[in-house]
Amino acid sequence: MKRAPTHSYPGINLGERHASAHKASEVVTFGFWVFLMSDLVYFGLMFAIYITMIDAQAGGPGPHELFDLKSIFAQTMILLTSSLTVGLAMLALKYNLPRSKIILWFGVTLFLGLSFLVLEIRDFMAMVEKGGIPQRSGFLSVFYGLVPLHGLHVAAGCVWLIVLGIQLRVMGMTDLVISRVVRLALFWHFLDLIWIGIITIVYFGGLTYG
Amino acid sequence: MTSDTGFFGRLSWDAFPIAGLIQNPNANEIVANAAAAVVIVGAAAVVFLLSWFRLWGPLWRDWLTSADHKKIGIMYIVFAIVMLARGVLEGVVMRAQQAAGPGDGFLEAEHFAELFSTHGTIMIFFVAVPFVFGIANYVIPLMIGARDVAFPVMNQISLGLTVSAGMMLMVSLVVGEFSTGGWTAYPPYTGAAFNPGVGPDYWIWAIVVSGIGTTLTGINFAVTIYKLRAPGMTFMRLPMYCWTIICSSILIVFAMPPLGVAALLLAADRYLDFHFFTNDLGGNMMNYANLFWLFGHPEVYLLVLPAYGIYSEVFATFSAKRIYGYTSLVIATMSIAVLSFTVWLHHFFTMGQSALINAVFGIATMLIAIPTGVKVYDWMATLWRGRIRFSVPMLYGLAFLMLFVIGGLSGVILANPTVDYQVHNTLFLVAHFHNVLLPGVLFGLLAAYNYWFPKAFGFRLHEGWGRVTVALWTIGFMLTFLPLYFVGLMGMPRRSFSWEDPSFHPYMIVAVVGALIITAALLSVLVQLWVSIRDRDKTRVPVGDPWDGRSLEWSIPAPPPPYNFAIIPQVTARDDFATAKERGTAYPTPDAYEDIEMPRNTGIGFILCVTSGIWMFALVWWIWWLAALMTVAMILAFIIWTFGTSTEITIPAEEVRKEHEAWLALVHRETAVDRDHETATENRGLARPDMEVVT
Repeated sequence: MKRAPTHSYPGINLGERHASAHKASEVVTFGFWVFLMSDLVYFGLMFAIYITMIDAQAGGPGPHELFDLKSIFAQTMILLTSSLTVGLAMLALKYNLPRSKIILWFGVTLFLGLSFLVLEIRDFMAMVEKGGIPQRSGFLSVFYGLVPLHGLHVAAGCVWLIVLGIQLRVMGMTDLVISRVVRLALFWHFLDLIWIGIITIVYFGGLTYG
Repeated sequence: MTSDTGFFGRLSWDAFPIAGLIQNPNANEIVANAAAAVVIVGAAAVVFLLSWFRLWGPLWRDWLTSADHKKIGIMYIVFAIVMLARGVLEGVVMRAQQAAGPGDGFLEAEHFAELFSTHGTIMIFFVAVPFVFGIANYVIPLMIGARDVAFPVMNQISLGLTVSAGMMLMVSLVVGEFSTGGWTAYPPYTGAAFNPGVGPDYWIWAIVVSGIGTTLTGINFAVTIYKLRAPGMTFMRLPMYCWTIICSSILIVFAMPPLGVAALLLAADRYLDFHFFTNDLGGNMMNYANLFWLFGHPEVYLLVLPAYGIYSEVFATFSAKRIYGYTSLVIATMSIAVLSFTVWLHHFFTMGQSALINAVFGIATMLIAIPTGVKVYDWMATLWRGRIRFSVPMLYGLAFLMLFVIGGLSGVILANPTVDYQVHNTLFLVAHFHNVLLPGVLFGLLAAYNYWFPKAFGFRLHEGWGRVTVALWTIGFMLTFLPLYFVGLMGMPRRSFSWEDPSFHPYMIVAVVGALIITAALLSVLVQLWVSIRDRDKTRVPVGDPWDGRSLEWSIPAPPPPYNFAIIPQVTARDDFATAKERGTAYPTPDAYEDIEMPRNTGIGFILCVTSGIWMFALVWWIWWLAALMTVAMILAFIIWTFGTSTEITIPAEEVRKEHEAWLALVHRETAVDRDHETATENRGLARPDMEVVT
C-alpha cells in the first residue's frame, strides 16, 4: 500500500519542498481535521437549537427589529477577504517565499479579523440599545449563544495569529512552526465556513421565518 | 447572577458539612460528615505517605510530568479505582436506605438525591470513562506497533482535565453540596429558579472540563490508530480491540459536543439568566433532553464497545484460537457505532412525541440487537472446540456472556414504546442499565486488568483471589440487580428515598445483601492486588508472553521499555505474534538499531489540572476575580508551552541494543511452558505454542 506522497491530508499540502515538515505535519494536520469536525458538531447543534427557537421571541424584539444586513454584508466581505489573505500566507509558505511575506499576510489577516470583531460588537451594542438582550427571550438567548461563539473563535484565531507571528520571528521556520501555520490556515477557513452558515441560517433564516 | 460577590463569592462557613452536624445532629448529618471525613483523611493520608517515603520527587519526575502513554494509562486506572470505591459505597448507602423498610429510612430526601446524582455522574464519567481510557492508553500503541500515542502531551492534558473534574466531586463532599438533579441534570429542575444552590454548578463544570478531556482523548486515539500503525498493519489486520477503540473514538468526537452544548447552555441559564431551558420567556427544556441523550446514548456504546474488544481478545487467547468471524465482528462494531446515533429518543418515549416518532426510534433501537447478537454468536463460536482455560479474564468473559444477554434482552423489551410507558422511571430501568454496565463494561475492564496486568508490571495477579473476586462480583451483581427487575415491574419508582408497599421489602433486603457482596468484591480486588505484590517473585513473567498471546503487545518484554519496541515490527498477518510463534520466527534478532526519539517530560498537564480545578471551584462559588485569574493563567500557560522547542529526548541506539540483547538472551535462556502450567511459577512468560494454525 503506497500512499501518494504529496497529498496526505485535505487542503493545501506543503508538498516536496518541505520534506521533513510535510511528514511531521501529516499526523497533526489530520488530528486537527478531526478536532474541527468535533467543533463543527458544536455549531451544528447551535444551528439546530436556533431553528427550533426562532419563534420563541416571547413578545420581545425579533429579527426584523434587530438585524442590520448592511453591517452583516460588510462583515461577510471582511471575513471572506481574510480567508483569501490567510490563504496567501499559506501559499507563501508552500512556495518558500521569504518569511516576512507570511508575517505580512498574517498581519493583514489579523487586521481584517479585528475589524470583523469591531463591527460585530457594534452590532451587538446596537441590538442591546433596542432591547435585544439575551435575557429577554429564548430566541435572543440562542442568538447570543451562537453568534458570539463564532466571534470567540475569531478572537481565538486572532490571538493565534499574533502568537504564531511572534513564533515565526523568534523560533524561525522549524517543522513545528510550519505545521502550525498549516493548521491556523485551516482553522481560519473553518471560521469562514461557519460564518456562511450564520448569515444563511441566523440572519436570512431569521428574517424569513422569524 | 446576583451582585452577591464578596472576596470569597458566596462561600461561607455554612458550606462545610460540620456546620450542619453542629446545628442538627442526626443520622443524615453523620453520614454526610463521615463521607467528608473520608475525603479529608484520605487526602491527608496520601500526603503523609508520600512525605514519609520521600516519594514527592519520584512522583513528579516519573509520573505527573511523564508523557509516556503507559504511565498515563496506569494513572487513569488508579484514578478510576479510587472513584469506583466512592461510587460503590454510595450505591451501598442507597440500597441500605431503601432496605430500611417502608417509610423514610435514615437519610433525608435531599441527601438521597445527592447520592444518586453523584453515583451516576461518578460511575459514568469518572470510573467507566477513565478506566476505558486507561486500558486503551496502555494497550493501543503496543497493539499497533507504535512507540506512543499520536499526541503524548495532549494525552497528559486529557488526564489532567479528567482528574481535576473528578476532584470537583470530591470537593463537593466537603464544601457545599452536589446536584440533586440526577446524572442527567434535567432542567428546569436544575435551573436557577428551582435550584439556586451550588449543586448543579458543580455538576456543570465537572462535566464541561472532563468532556473536553474526553474529546481530546478521542481525537488522540483516532489519529493514533489511523496514522501510527506499524508497517504492514493494515486495517483488517488490526486486533479486534483496536477496532472497538476506533469506533469509540469516532463516537467521542461526534457525541461529546452535544454534552458540552447542553451543560454550557444550562450554565448560561444559571449564571447569565439566559432562557434556553427555562419555563418562561420561550425556553424549551425538550432541547436539553434531546441534546443530553444525543450524547448519552452513544456514550453507552463508547463504554461498552471497548469492553467487547477486550472480550474478543480474551476469548481468542484463552481458547487458543483465532477469533471467529473477524470480518463480521468488524462490521458489527461499526454498525453499532452508527446505529448508536439513531436511538437517543428512546430515553424519553413518554415526553410527548407522536406515536410514529416513538415507533421509528423503537425499531432503530431493536435493530442494535442484530449486530450485538452477531458478536455474541462469534464469541461463542470462538469458544467452540477451543483449548479453553478457565483463567480469571475468561471467567469474567463467561459471566459476561450469560448475564449480558439478559441485560440486552431487557433492553429490547424497553425499546418497545408501549412497554416503556409501563416501566419507565421504575427500578426495571435501573436493573436494565446496571445489567449492561456491570457485566458488560465493568467485568470487561476487570478482565482487561487481569489480562494485561503482567504486561504492565512484569508479574501475574494472584489467580485464586482473582477467582474469588469474579465470584463475588457475579453473585453480588445478581443479588443486587436482578430483584430490581421484579420490583420495577411491580411499579416501584426509581430514585425513591421513601416507599410504602410492604411487598417490595423482601426484594430490597436481597438487594442490600447483594450490595454488601459487591463491597466485598471491591475489597477482594484490593486484596488480590496486595497478595500479588507480596508474592510477585513467584509470578514474574519477564519474557512478556504469559498467556500465549496473539497480538504484538505480547512480543515485547514485561514491563515494556519506555520506547516499547526496540525496532518497529513489520506486520505480515492478522494475529501476527501468534503466527510468528507457529512459524518459529518470533523474537528475531535485529540487524541494526537506531536512535529513538521519545517525548520529553513536561509539566503542562499538571499545571492545567491544578488551574482548571481552581477555575471550576471559583465559578461554582462565584469568586469572579479568581475565575478570571485562572482563565488567564490557563491561556498563558498553554501559550508559553507552545514556545518550547526541545520536546523530545533521544535514546541512543547503543542503549537500546544493550537492553534488547539482554532481553533476547533471557528469552533464549528460559524454558517455554505449555498451557497446563500457565498459572504455575515456571511460567516466566515464554509460551510453547500449542494452538492449531487456522488458515
